[in-house]
Amino acid sequence: MATNTQEPTPDSGETPHENARSYFAGLVFALILTGASFWASSTHLVYAPGIPILLAVLAIAQMGVHLVFFLRISSAPDQVNNFLALVFGVFVVGLIVFGSLLIMTNLNHAMMPTMKQLIQMQR
Amino acid sequence: MTDATVSPTDSDELPLSLRGPAPVAAVVGYGFWLFLLSDIIIFSALFATYAVLSKETAGGPTGPELFDKGRVFAETICLLLSSFTSGLAALAVQRSDTRATYSWFIVTMALGIAFLVLEGSEFAHMASEGAVPSRSAFLSAFFTLVGTHGLHVLSGLLWLTVMLAQIARFGFQPMVRRRLFCFGLFWHALDIVWIGVFTIVYLGAH
Repeated sequence: MATNTQEPTPDSGETPHENARSYFAGLVFALILTGASFWASSTHLVYAPGIPILLAVLAIAQMGVHLVFFLRISSAPDQVNNFLALVFGVFVVGLIVFGSLLIMTNLNHAMMPTMKQLIQMQR
Repeated sequence: MTDATVSPTDSDELPLSLRGPAPVAAVVGYGFWLFLLSDIIIFSALFATYAVLSKETAGGPTGPELFDKGRVFAETICLLLSSFTSGLAALAVQRSDTRATYSWFIVTMALGIAFLVLEGSEFAHMASEGAVPSRSAFLSAFFTLVGTHGLHVLSGLLWLTVMLAQIARFGFQPMVRRRLFCFGLFWHALDIVWIGVFTIVYLGAH
């Protein structure tokens, strides 16, 4: 049985030692960022209206940590295709999320009854 | 000069169009990466739906009344650690270390099961308070988004079970290695989606 057949896997460019260090570094960074997110959501030390922005920054940073240290995405020459696909994916996700929010906020605003209509409704 | 005479050392200097087909492992990894990105786009639509509907509670229970941050933190740590141990298992696969592979994958699986048990108890607790998907638009969107992620974790666990059987049956054949590599990508991607879930759904609720 060919149990030891070696074939280069897509991430075999580095030694296992370097890979292990990458996973450990990723875990430490991710734990710090997760802890910071949960702390930020319940603290009174940060100006309250700024907390959503702080949470968004921490989440995007942690997604970056996972992509770089766990999924091993980089802008290296052998990863150009993966990287381009990721950039396009992020673009589509941004369009869907921000586009939906923008349209629905506008719709909500447009559907709000005007003062005149409210007075008519009370009659 | 035909392609057959090109030695691997020359191939880096050749233009991309003359290098011939990419190695199977690179093609499989790229194809699976495209699948994952399209999966993330599905989640982005669910996130957009949730963000639009999160305030539409129809007089029913709101997010802050229902969510237990301690449990969510435990779920987050379970998933993060399982992502880490699946990485260690992938390294064991590279070394063809059967025992370490099994050990780390079983730890990964246990953490994944712990995550699902925590999530299941959360859903059961919410249902016992009348917070079912049909109660309000907010709850429909919540259960769709978090439930879809949970189903992904469940299917990942089933896939991992099949892969453990394949390691036992076939050993570390190139085919099995490629599938394990794709599983690793899938599991890490689920953790990335979970970052969005706990930030937007649980921590963003106020």
